[in-house]
Amino acid sequence: MTGLLRPSAVGRSPVRVDGPAKVTGRAPYAYEQPVREPAYVHPVQATIARGRVTAIHTGAALALDGVLTVLTPENAPHLERGIDPELEILQSPDVAFRGQLVGAVVAETPEVARQAAGLVRIEYERAEHDCVFSADRTDLYRPEVVNPSLPTDTSDGDVGTALRDAERTVVATYTTAMTHNNPMEPHTTVAVWDDDGLTLYDSTQGVHAMRESVAPVLGLDPGVVRVVAPYVGGGFGSKGTAHAHLVLAALAAKRTAGRPVKLALTRQQMFSLVGYRTPTVQRVGLGADPDGRLTALSVDVVEQTARIKEFAEQTGVPARKVYAAPNRRTTHRLAALDVPVPSWMRAPGECPGMFGPEVAMDELAQACDIDPVELRIRNEPETDPETGLPFSSRDLVGCLREGADRFGWRRRDPRPRARLEDGWWVGTGVASSTYPVHASPGTTATVRISPDGRYEVLIGAVDIGTGAWTALTQIAADALGVPAEDVHLHIGDTDLPEAPVAGGSSGTTNWGSAIVAAARSFREKYGPDAGPGDEHTASTAENPFAQRYAMRAFGAQFAEVRVHADTGEIRVPRLLGVFAAGRIVNPRTARSQLTGGMTMGLSMALHEESVFDDRFGFVVNHDLAEYHIATCADVRSVEAYWRDEHDPYVNPMGTKGIGEIGIVGTAAAIANAAHHATGARVRDLPMTPDKFCE
Amino acid sequence: MDADITLTVDGERRALTVDTRVTLLDALRDRLGVTSPKKGCDHGQCGTCTVLLDGRRATTCLAFAVAHDGAEITTSAGLGAGDGGVGAEPAHPLHRAFLEHDGFQCGYCTPGQICSAAGMLAEAEAGWPSAVTPDVAERPALDEAEIRERMSGNLCRCGAYPGIVAAILGVAEGRRT
Repeated sequence: MTGLLRPSAVGRSPVRVDGPAKVTGRAPYAYEQPVREPAYVHPVQATIARGRVTAIHTGAALALDGVLTVLTPENAPHLERGIDPELEILQSPDVAFRGQLVGAVVAETPEVARQAAGLVRIEYERAEHDCVFSADRTDLYRPEVVNPSLPTDTSDGDVGTALRDAERTVVATYTTAMTHNNPMEPHTTVAVWDDDGLTLYDSTQGVHAMRESVAPVLGLDPGVVRVVAPYVGGGFGSKGTAHAHLVLAALAAKRTAGRPVKLALTRQQMFSLVGYRTPTVQRVGLGADPDGRLTALSVDVVEQTARIKEFAEQTGVPARKVYAAPNRRTTHRLAALDVPVPSWMRAPGECPGMFGPEVAMDELAQACDIDPVELRIRNEPETDPETGLPFSSRDLVGCLREGADRFGWRRRDPRPRARLEDGWWVGTGVASSTYPVHASPGTTATVRISPDGRYEVLIGAVDIGTGAWTALTQIAADALGVPAEDVHLHIGDTDLPEAPVAGGSSGTTNWGSAIVAAARSFREKYGPDAGPGDEHTASTAENPFAQRYAMRAFGAQFAEVRVHADTGEIRVPRLLGVFAAGRIVNPRTARSQLTGGMTMGLSMALHEESVFDDRFGFVVNHDLAEYHIATCADVRSVEAYWRDEHDPYVNPMGTKGIGEIGIVGTAAAIANAAHHATGARVRDLPMTPDKFCE
Repeated sequence: MDADITLTVDGERRALTVDTRVTLLDALRDRLGVTSPKKGCDHGQCGTCTVLLDGRRATTCLAFAVAHDGAEITTSAGLGAGDGGVGAEPAHPLHRAFLEHDGFQCGYCTPGQICSAAGMLAEAEAGWPSAVTPDVAERPALDEAEIRERMSGNLCRCGAYPGIVAAILGVAEGRRT
């Protein structure tokens, strides 16, 4: 056992520690960090999808009043090569995708910088580009691993024979769209490069992670690079890894020699520079006996990556973990294209990977004439289907049952296209959710008592909206045995003890575990009567149970959908999720995390699609008017509940992570409800009205 | 081309010289250091930059500063502050309601949401109908559907809409009683 923390502050619902500063707008995000007399950077982007810059004319830009410098591949400071091709900007004339950085203007004001960027004239030698994503390409390849370092393919038994022999089968292709994270705060870096080194005020999910990425590319000792991020306006993965603009800001700051520079990407620029979720094609095969017990399960995934840098989304991975079946197969194949670099977007792998299989399960329920909730319960595995390890805790069945009760599932008429109300077809659907427990041993925290007698807790964590400011304060209070009001938390700075990114739903797990470790050893060292000046630092060790148990959160989501009989307009009046995600630290902020994930899942299901023009290699709808994310009017009732789950193996808090599981399964639940409403089986996201009018 | 203008921001009169291309949002953020309104899209598509401009909600990224010489601007920082100027604590019922209902996560869209809500409540009280008002001749009753419709110019990627609607509904009901 990990020595579960006795909850006192944990489990209560204080309002956010950072709340007053955020509602008034006083919380300073990256762009708002106070620096003296900043200059402003505006990027210049490639307008071809592949080729090379043959000439770059900067005369008109440099002639403009207020322009300080124009960075180009010809004059940019040197970067180390061979580390991360996405970050090695302006080092060669080669263009690997449209929108790639090929220059930048630094000027006295943002207006002049932008005007001058438009005056930079570039000549190119075009090469033939290839941006066509298709599962039928003949040059698909098998990546060595999928994100982060998981097996590309898995196989148990003989899926082909089992599918052929199965009495009930579903074999179908499902697709999810290319989507963009689009946090509300555009990616921003304020850089200061002076005699003390390089300081980056950055909108990032991880201060130490950014330093680790950017320092070697800049040829700097990490010790002279400081990254600061006290408040971050969302990220959803796109701020979890370093992107090219971070390096551009550093290069501009090097050129202005001590004068701070501000670089805020425009919303449009974000569509080519800060990652996105690959489109996926999922060929799913399910075989079962007439009672719905799975005999075969296969998921064969095709997705895209950038030719300049590989990212292989682990879309087939959740199918390895959720249901029992003696014959199983998952594969991933990639198309390497002349496109921007894909990356993490909320629940990479799990989010798209629980669409195809969970819609297929609904189709299997229909084929077996079994209730979709019951079908899932029948296929509950006793151990992790992939490894055979026991689960540290698993309550998918509890989530399904409690969700069915709360949602009123029992009253459901199972027949599709059976309920028409005021011109709207009405239906309900269900899907399962799951997300792994990630942990990064070596996360460090410091506990000390300040001269005025308060407990100070220091850790390089980042709150991107998750509630870390508040949850970590609660955890520290319980670990120290003091009221939360006595704890003063410091986060968001590489000057603080080293900590991993806010990603993989692991923030509370990693940061909380380090705080508990530091607090416990602080108490051991100083006892209950510690005084001002006492200080102790500790790191998290490898969890010995990680090799003995499979660790995952689970959930069940229920959706009510209405589809207009004449227009195909689709609405989701109700979403309800029940989750088994270990102990919940702060119910107020946890509920927001879960319902926020479900809302993004609704948005993925109904609205989101980056329309990629492969003739030119860019996203056509590259702004928030045309890339529609769910608005207030799109979202009605969204409810999240959780099981009272005590997992002594995951970490001292008993938490499993809640940042991502909310978006996993939502789109499948909505698609299944849409089928129940209309009888039309939509297997391609997003479910726009045209898909119900065919 | 530059122009001299005066803006009253959260009760304080400020004189400044602006390039005539400078938006009201950039004038506030870059020139005056008033960073309560945020920049999310710069195209009037997300509502993050919303303030009360001469008493009505407006997206400041779509307004040129030079066109608003003499304007009175209230940001979320100044909302409810009264004549005493901007205080350190949240002063408006909407601030407290957003905290209580957790109507935000990352907080970046929040000052814009709150200014938009303040403007919207005044519009509804003045009898302005919306696209979902059943009878435009009647005084609109501010229920959840009305609030969702009227607040849809303010995007929230964290998906805090249920909390936002509950917070605004609570304030609206408080005003009625």
